[in-house]
Amino acid sequence: MRTGVSALLLLQMVAIYGCGRSTSPAQSTAPTVSKVSVAAAADLKYALDELIVEFEKSHPNVEVEPTYGSSGNFFAQLSKKAPFDIFFSADIDFPRKLIAQGHAAQETEFMYAVGQIVVWVRNESPLDVASKGAQALVEPGVRKIAIANPKHAPYGRAAEAALTHLGVYEQVQDRLVLGENIAQTAQFVESGAADIGVIALSLAMAPALKEKGRYWIVPLDAYPRLEQGGAILNWATDREATDSLRKYVIGDEGREVFRRYGFLLPGD
Amino acid sequence: MDFTAIWLTLKLASATTLILALIGLPLAYWLAMSSWRGKFLVESVVALPLVLPPTVLGFYVLMATGPNSAFGSLYERVTGSLLPFSFPGILLGSILYNLPFAVRPFMAAFAGMNRRLIEASWCLGESRWRTFWRVTMPLCWPGVLTGLVLTFAHTVGEFGVVLMVGGNIPGVTRTISISIYDDVQALNYASAGQTALGLVIFSLVVLCLAHVLGRRRLPL
Repeated sequence: MRTGVSALLLLQMVAIYGCGRSTSPAQSTAPTVSKVSVAAAADLKYALDELIVEFEKSHPNVEVEPTYGSSGNFFAQLSKKAPFDIFFSADIDFPRKLIAQGHAAQETEFMYAVGQIVVWVRNESPLDVASKGAQALVEPGVRKIAIANPKHAPYGRAAEAALTHLGVYEQVQDRLVLGENIAQTAQFVESGAADIGVIALSLAMAPALKEKGRYWIVPLDAYPRLEQGGAILNWATDREATDSLRKYVIGDEGREVFRRYGFLLPGD
Repeated sequence: MDFTAIWLTLKLASATTLILALIGLPLAYWLAMSSWRGKFLVESVVALPLVLPPTVLGFYVLMATGPNSAFGSLYERVTGSLLPFSFPGILLGSILYNLPFAVRPFMAAFAGMNRRLIEASWCLGESRWRTFWRVTMPLCWPGVLTGLVLTFAHTVGEFGVVLMVGGNIPGVTRTISISIYDDVQALNYASAGQTALGLVIFSLVVLCLAHVLGRRRLPL
């Protein structure tokens, strides 16, 4: 009798386990939901959130879980096999390094957008960025200028290069404060703690900041092109779902959203 | 190894410890001796940083000290400079953050001592001030030292608050933990490892020293 019960329990467990793990729809009655975890650069926060909502509508059996942070930090974690399926970096170099390390396959590498930087101030600020451009940074009233950390944030490197190219770096050097990533940099200026900042256009155009400030788009020739790219990690749990997300992001739907958030596209 | 960051961190930790000794000892003494009914409120506020994530505390400090806040604009009018992204700014953050690490051990020490000894000293004609230094402090020294060491060590390892209000300026707000984090992010693992090892050795030495000194009597 007892063996009979345990055998039944065991069978049931196998059945439940089998259902949960099943990848072929023929075996399970309800469609299984597969999760795709995404490591994404902080400048994608709003654009990618919007894309994911649309993606999940057209792919009801895929659930996307994004985590936003600095690309360098993600790189360090991913090279130690952090359990993410796909990586959207703010700098194509990081996914390329992962490929070189053997953590991602060459054919999964993709370019999805080209970032732009802007000089941003709050609406209340007396600084006239629209007509003064980069010269607004050297106005006497400016005490603190926020940029992302050039040591590891791609947007910080772009900001530093642009300040040098526009001939103001020497004058502003002592007034720079460094954000850990581009989103924190935006928060420094948005909170009023810094007077002016160089942030991503995608953040300046995001709902959270759009109504709160004014900006001047830094000319593209002032800094090296911010090629944003990514790759699918070798340990992705559901490669099919992950690849459908990748295709969606670089496809027409993705391009439309990225353009709306002020990104240029790889072909531009 | 980032020596500027090490020097800055030691400066921040020493200043925090000194200021918290000045504020924390009277506060803890009052909390231990007072029989006021509303005391629990003060105790809870003091303990709050134990529960709050440092990033939350840092966010509040940034909001409260920015030029758009009442406190921030007052500070700006008085000193002519801004609190965020400055040494006084991270000092303020770390004083708030370390309040319970100083006050709670002090308080436990004061509350645990025999009050009759204080009263005996008063009856023998010693002033309250001299009684505090000649009777209370020597008896409570291990607890006070624990509070001071905890505060110092905790400031050395502080990260979240400084990350939120510091702005990562070399020599001003780039402390050792921020410097290690930067190195890791910039993939300079060797440099991060060196600084981290230095930090581990330093912390171990400080803690050993504290344990040895804690067994002795106050050198007064």
